[in-house]
Amino acid sequence: MASTDDVPVEFEQQGDAVVLRPSGEIDLARSPSLRTTISRAQTDKPRRLIFDLTEVPYMDSSGVATLVEAMQVARRYHGSVILCGLHERVRSIFEIARLDMVFKIVDSLDEALLA
Amino acid sequence: MTADPHVKIDMLSQPRYLAGARAMIASVARRLGFREADCAHVALALDEALCNVIKHGYGKREDEHIWISVWPLEGQCCGIRILIEDRGRQVEPSEIRSRQLDDIRPGGLGVHIISQVMDRVQYDKRDGGGMSLLMEKHNAAEQSMPQARKEPA
Repeated sequence: MASTDDVPVEFEQQGDAVVLRPSGEIDLARSPSLRTTISRAQTDKPRRLIFDLTEVPYMDSSGVATLVEAMQVARRYHGSVILCGLHERVRSIFEIARLDMVFKIVDSLDEALLA
Repeated sequence: MTADPHVKIDMLSQPRYLAGARAMIASVARRLGFREADCAHVALALDEALCNVIKHGYGKREDEHIWISVWPLEGQCCGIRILIEDRGRQVEPSEIRSRQLDDIRPGGLGVHIISQVMDRVQYDKRDGGGMSLLMEKHNAAEQSMPQARKEPA
């Protein structure tokens, strides 16, 4: 039986971009699962890693930390991380942590793919 | 704290229960008349505070206890008061601070987030061991108590 602490994540390859579409709340219980998935996705060093957060209604600082870690890994191999589809509650935590100026954040997946 | 809390919860220090704690406090805040965005901030502050206890107070041990007490704030200053207590590692309250935000690295944001979304934040050492965190949020949207909120028929 899958643990409810696992974050379901859809993968999609679009050109040189890998799109990750996690779903559900991401907190301290569930961010380790997301971290594992991201780590697997970054094995092949995709030039662009896009997180479509449309299906993530809540994220705490442990989820944010997971994405910061992904961004740092991507920078090491000259890749980039783009976030899209953020709910207001999720966007708010990036603003409070002043990370909205650090991450590339766009509204939609279409914009992310063009970024 | 003079009066008994209106809500008191004893939870184990397991991250799996964070979602339940968030749902509880958001629901209480909603009944106290907070706007939805403020309910979300109260829930976020509680989540971050509990995460800090689990990670730093208890070193991720999952068989310890965390006590959450909740009071409505009434009178001139409507709102909510939350007290979080643990029996974890004690630190000097003056040493509890956020990392520099321009130092971009994973982690270390919880204290900053709590201070940004709540109106009063006070850390103390508990006499019996562990720490306490008192947080208050005032309700700018409502100056009256929950009876003012109409329930759907």
